[in-house]
Amino acid sequence: MNTPTPQDGGQKRTLLQSLELDTRLLGMIGAFVLICLVFNVITDGRFLTPRNIFNLSIQTVSVAIMATGMVFVIVTRHIDLSVGAVLAICSSVMGVMQVQLLPQFFGIGHPLVMPLTVIAGLLTGAAIGALNGWLIGYQRIPAFIVTLGGLLIWRNVGWYLTDGQTVGPLDQTFMLFGGVEGTVGAALSWALAVFFSVLAVLGLWRARQAKIRHEFPVKPLWAEGALMATAVAAILGFVAILNSYAIPVGRLKREFDARGEVMPEGYIDYFGLPISVLMLVVIVVVMTLIARKTRLGRYIFAAGGNPDAAELSGINTRMLTVKIFTLMGVLCAISAMVAQARLANHTNDIGSLDELRVIAAAVIGGTALAGGIGTIYGAVLGAVIMQSLQSGMAMVGVDAPFQNIVVGGVLVLAVWIDIQYRKRTGEKV
Amino acid sequence: MSTRGTPLVEMRDISIAFGGIKAVDHVTIDLYPGEVVGLLGHNGAGKSTLIKCLSGAYQMDSGAIYINGEKAEIRNPRDARAYNIETIYQTLALADNLDAASNLFLGRELVTPFGFVDDAQMEAETRKIMGRLNPNFRKFKEPVKALSGGQRQSVAIARAVYFNARILIMDEPTAALGPHETQMVAELIEELKAQGLGIFLIEHDIHNVMRLCDRASVMKNGQLVGTVNVNEVTDEDILGMIILGKKPEGGTV
Repeated sequence: MNTPTPQDGGQKRTLLQSLELDTRLLGMIGAFVLICLVFNVITDGRFLTPRNIFNLSIQTVSVAIMATGMVFVIVTRHIDLSVGAVLAICSSVMGVMQVQLLPQFFGIGHPLVMPLTVIAGLLTGAAIGALNGWLIGYQRIPAFIVTLGGLLIWRNVGWYLTDGQTVGPLDQTFMLFGGVEGTVGAALSWALAVFFSVLAVLGLWRARQAKIRHEFPVKPLWAEGALMATAVAAILGFVAILNSYAIPVGRLKREFDARGEVMPEGYIDYFGLPISVLMLVVIVVVMTLIARKTRLGRYIFAAGGNPDAAELSGINTRMLTVKIFTLMGVLCAISAMVAQARLANHTNDIGSLDELRVIAAAVIGGTALAGGIGTIYGAVLGAVIMQSLQSGMAMVGVDAPFQNIVVGGVLVLAVWIDIQYRKRTGEKV
Repeated sequence: MSTRGTPLVEMRDISIAFGGIKAVDHVTIDLYPGEVVGLLGHNGAGKSTLIKCLSGAYQMDSGAIYINGEKAEIRNPRDARAYNIETIYQTLALADNLDAASNLFLGRELVTPFGFVDDAQMEAETRKIMGRLNPNFRKFKEPVKALSGGQRQSVAIARAVYFNARILIMDEPTAALGPHETQMVAELIEELKAQGLGIFLIEHDIHNVMRLCDRASVMKNGQLVGTVNVNEVTDEDILGMIILGKKPEGGTV
């Protein structure tokens, strides 16, 4: 939220102060870069290949999407232990819809199957989230209990919907949400990269103009420029990497064959941005806008900082709780779309233990369980760090039990570092 | 005295109990425009509880509130704000993690035509009003937990004053303040009074009461001991009311 900024007075500014960057964010990026470099060395350069970065991206999306919602939940001093179970029931509803129910009316592969399936999933997530929020906000049952119950309830309701069976194969259009099947190709990826770059530069510029209009102090022009350049470089760099991951020749051949054409000799094509990653980007932008630029977001942080003050300021904190958990439910449904499409089936154990990964991602990303503090980008970065640790260790061949030991240790360490950091900056812990 | 005509606020026969304990027991008080009424009594006498019925934080069990002679339904803080009742709570009720502007406009944010909160505009307005209330205030970007007691107090006061309150409730506004800041609050109260606001002032310091209040209502054990015109009684009379629950010879209204 509020990064400490230098006083209006004319004291000499350090480089960091001029850039007005969040030092906590810098620390996380530093940790992430370190993890990548270490694994890259151990794996003889296999970790930082376009292929692995592509896989890492699509593996992270599902947890990252839910982590953005978990930030709001934790900021308001609640917790949601049911996200993995809610993901599972949304997935089972969507699996049954697209595989068993809708094809009866429309036939397999009908263009209406995908949208109707998605709507059913989103409604399921929203309804369960709203119910959670009502129980917590209006009936005053602690969120821990409501969602612990939900953890046991919803996955198993899903089990009854599908008789515990794996549901598949999924609708072809729906499969595009998954990742490998659904990428937008190199050309469109570049176009989107330019679009988001322009958006980033414009956003920074407009914020600066607003400050100047009200005669507030602004950072020096070079600092603003450096920030813009970094943002653009990051966006273009990420897309450049994904655009250099070539689609395997065998698969291209099959695609040409399917269209009844012959693949030209030496033909080459690239994956580009996965649709699921694009969905995550849009969700991050929207959630950040909600957090910083809407009344809803302001109330979420106010209620987290001081629930009594929020109530006395006329904020309907009970309804606020319902809204937050409904949003969380919808995000679980979107994650279910991505997770299910990536695995190409609905399975009963989909999203198992995701509640812990999601909470860990939000907490590693700097969300304080005491409430009032947290960022969307932090949670996403937390999810990326966890996923790269896990994939990296898998690549190196670390035993599965030891992987969990490391991830658990990192979680505790991250929170400890955060506490030390806040002590040093004089914040209350 | 301005105790004629229709009172700005009349709290009639208010009672509220918590688990069998009568925190406020059939209390009637009123407030006229341009008047400061002190609410006095020991800790636990029921002053804050009574006033929270007016600010919407508590719901009274029985009794009625009249604003400008008309019966008012105040069920929550939103209702109270709709009647232009603003409250400065003893706890200040600030969200520590937000900056001054976000706190000042909490629940009443200024928005852009697209419906997004207009932080720049809110900060500009905050700078304006703080320039008037506390010209030394500089920390507009920091979360309010980084502010001193006096600075936090001025944010809470700014919030109450900014939105054109007609009825102001101040719960020990000077308790956490140094002498200089106390003086500033005293001057502000005089100024607001001159503008025709009615102010309920909960205050422990008898000197502040004698200096700032027109009338004083004293409570003891949830009941009203009495209401006096401050300029017709002495310190000792009021202390006697607070400590012994004894009504003075003269000055009662």
